[in-house]
Amino acid sequence: MTILALKNVSKSYGALKVTQDVSFTLEKGEALGVIGPNGAGKSTLFNLITGNVLVDAGQIEFDGRDVTRENPMARCLAGVGRTFQIPQPFDKLTVFENLVVAGAFGSSASESDVTGRCADILEQTGLGPRANDLAGGLSLLQRKRLELARALATQPKLLLLDEIAGGLTEGECVQLVDTVKSVHATGVSIVWIEHVLHALTSVVTRLLVLDFGKVIGIGEPDEIMNSKAVREIYLGIDV
Amino acid sequence: MSVLDTLIQGILLGGLYTLFAAGLALVFGIMRLVNLAHGDLIVMAAFLILYLVTGLGLNPFVAALIAMPVMFGIGWALQYFVLNRTLGPDILPPLLVTFGLSIVIQNGLLQGFSADSRRIPIGPLESASINLGPIAVGVMPLLTFASAVLVIVALNVIFYRTSLGRAFRATSDDKVTAGLMGIRPDNIFAIATGLALVVATIAALYLGARANFDPTIGPARLIYAFEAVIIGGLGSFWGTLVGGIIIGVAQTFGASINPEWQILAGHVAFLIVLLFRPRGLFPRAVD
Repeated sequence: MTILALKNVSKSYGALKVTQDVSFTLEKGEALGVIGPNGAGKSTLFNLITGNVLVDAGQIEFDGRDVTRENPMARCLAGVGRTFQIPQPFDKLTVFENLVVAGAFGSSASESDVTGRCADILEQTGLGPRANDLAGGLSLLQRKRLELARALATQPKLLLLDEIAGGLTEGECVQLVDTVKSVHATGVSIVWIEHVLHALTSVVTRLLVLDFGKVIGIGEPDEIMNSKAVREIYLGIDV
Repeated sequence: MSVLDTLIQGILLGGLYTLFAAGLALVFGIMRLVNLAHGDLIVMAAFLILYLVTGLGLNPFVAALIAMPVMFGIGWALQYFVLNRTLGPDILPPLLVTFGLSIVIQNGLLQGFSADSRRIPIGPLESASINLGPIAVGVMPLLTFASAVLVIVALNVIFYRTSLGRAFRATSDDKVTAGLMGIRPDNIFAIATGLALVVATIAALYLGARANFDPTIGPARLIYAFEAVIIGGLGSFWGTLVGGIIIGVAQTFGASINPEWQILAGHVAFLIVLLFRPRGLFPRAVD
């Protein structure tokens, strides 16, 4: 069953076409990786899916419903969760409060109903010891984990991960990938933008390549990585 | 003994200024909105209470209880339909709109209630006092101060202990991300302004019962409120209480030296605090 379908989605800022006629579908429980050079329109793609940016043309369907014109809150309640490339926790709330806010409002539940689940997510993401610290005081790895934890607290059916492995050490990266794998194992569908390819390919089963806002390839990771177009973009050589 | 008397009167007067200021601090703390019509909204609430008391013969405290949900609704609608549209990176639009609103409210009240000076009748409570040792303290000033402390405690509880408060803080931190977590920032802001006007209604009850008011006195009350909020360090509720008390004490001491100095002394105290603590007494750690 399809959880997410983009049909001929386009978006321009003035003359700059950041998304051009993008179409793809994501099956329930699938993990899709998105790669492409800087400025290819990867984060814009996420903004279009979450509703922070509205499409100029095309259609977005989520969980069998047309959400093209719905606002971010409605899409969050429908089950779209995301993390930001640059972590944006609520700095003046504690780590636990960050999750509780997301859990209660993101799934229209009362706080007492979500505290247990939020505590589980804190353990799952390794943030337990920092639960009562202000989010503003966390390290980069912890902030990235909090991004993930907070997105999980909204009980997403689809999780959009925006470069959560960027800027981390190898060891930290491995820990984070393990967390993503455990989330994926619970049946959550994932779209993951990442430059750290080995982290990406250890989780996803398909790769989508964006360049100048266009989809230039989608398929098995091996096939994509060996394709002519991708090698040209990434290695800068004519093959 | 007169020094102690003056000090106590000043602290109690500070309670009234705290009530003026608490709503302002709430709105500023959550959405960085400076509401120049806050004083006029307090006066409007006072006229509403006056109308309920004189028109329907209600007890002033009951009238205030009825006025609270009405003012909440007005605040909610004002924020949701008008002020939310002015919020953005530029601080000028909300200032202009609330300044205009202040003029509209003043003239609307003039039209409806004339320029006559009014007072909310509260019967024998008006002159009642109790003796605390050698000092006689008015019951109304005591009630005002107790209400101010209660309001500050309640706002703190709401802000730091409830789901709504977490939504307030999250939205204040990052409106866009809050939207992605299922929070509706527009609605949260509207609730905040509604709450601010509930506090303004409590302030209006004591303002109208303790002194005369007319449709034009709002802006002067707004200045005391501003000073209390700024002395306290923008957005801190306990700081607002301290700020209100400082203005109140300065005013009563000024008046005890020379009645003409009452208002001046409050402003001077404000300037002195700003001189030594430009960010207020309890500034936010991060901003």
